[in-house]
Amino acid sequence: MIVVNTETIPGYTVREVKGLVQGNTIRAKHVGRDIAATFKNIVGGELRGYTELLTEARRQAIERMMSQAQELGANAIVNVRFTTSAVTQGAAELYSYGTAVVAQQGEL
Amino acid sequence: MPWSVVINIGPVIVLLLLGYCVGHIRERRHFASLNVREELHAGIRVTNLKRVTDPQSVQRASLVTGDAVIATDYFKSFAARLRNIIGGEVKAYVTLMERARREAKLRMLAQAREMGAGEVWNVRFETSNIRSGTRKRNNPGVSIEIFAFGTAVVRK
Repeated sequence: MIVVNTETIPGYTVREVKGLVQGNTIRAKHVGRDIAATFKNIVGGELRGYTELLTEARRQAIERMMSQAQELGANAIVNVRFTTSAVTQGAAELYSYGTAVVAQQGEL
Repeated sequence: MPWSVVINIGPVIVLLLLGYCVGHIRERRHFASLNVREELHAGIRVTNLKRVTDPQSVQRASLVTGDAVIATDYFKSFAARLRNIIGGEVKAYVTLMERARREAKLRMLAQAREMGAGEVWNVRFETSNIRSGTRKRNNPGVSIEIFAFGTAVVRK
């Protein structure tokens, strides 16, 4: 499946628009990471644990979005956007959405 | 009496020194590493334009992403809190955000390079607050996530 955040897929023609597809996940961090983060806030620098957690979670949101597109019979998702919001303290929602389309190689 | 002062102020001063020294060294190292890696990815053209020019020659297009979560050190958080009283630019956080943004962009570019792309289009940045400074447990630290994404394009 082709996933892009541009409005069209370069080199392809959109034959059919299937509609909005979305994927989300809400992740909570565990206490160990929280403790590590507290220490990191003394010396500064990257919080690798959090980076991994969020990268993983976002990938899952994209996968959910892709399986929704597959169910609709689409072969591509265009104009993908992401939003992140803090649901409660210590948990974040990662949400991705885009438009599922049927695309065909070649320009019109 | 002076002992209680030492007990109260001591840990804060130690944390401030630790934050300043270690944080400063880490930041310098990070900037050095960013410069080296940016040089490595200098060949990739990055733009936030939506429309890809010359679409006929495109072989493949795919979403690429990169993110980085970065934490302030104790000294920076302290400096920011002081700055909050008199107002003005919080320089300590400016460099922090710059580091995170450049790191996220580099990770996105690394993904693009891996798939052999020479260009990344429609690049967007997102910022979210992972942890805002709370006075709880006396830790004013702030953690920020920067997420960069765009469409990598491989030409024929």
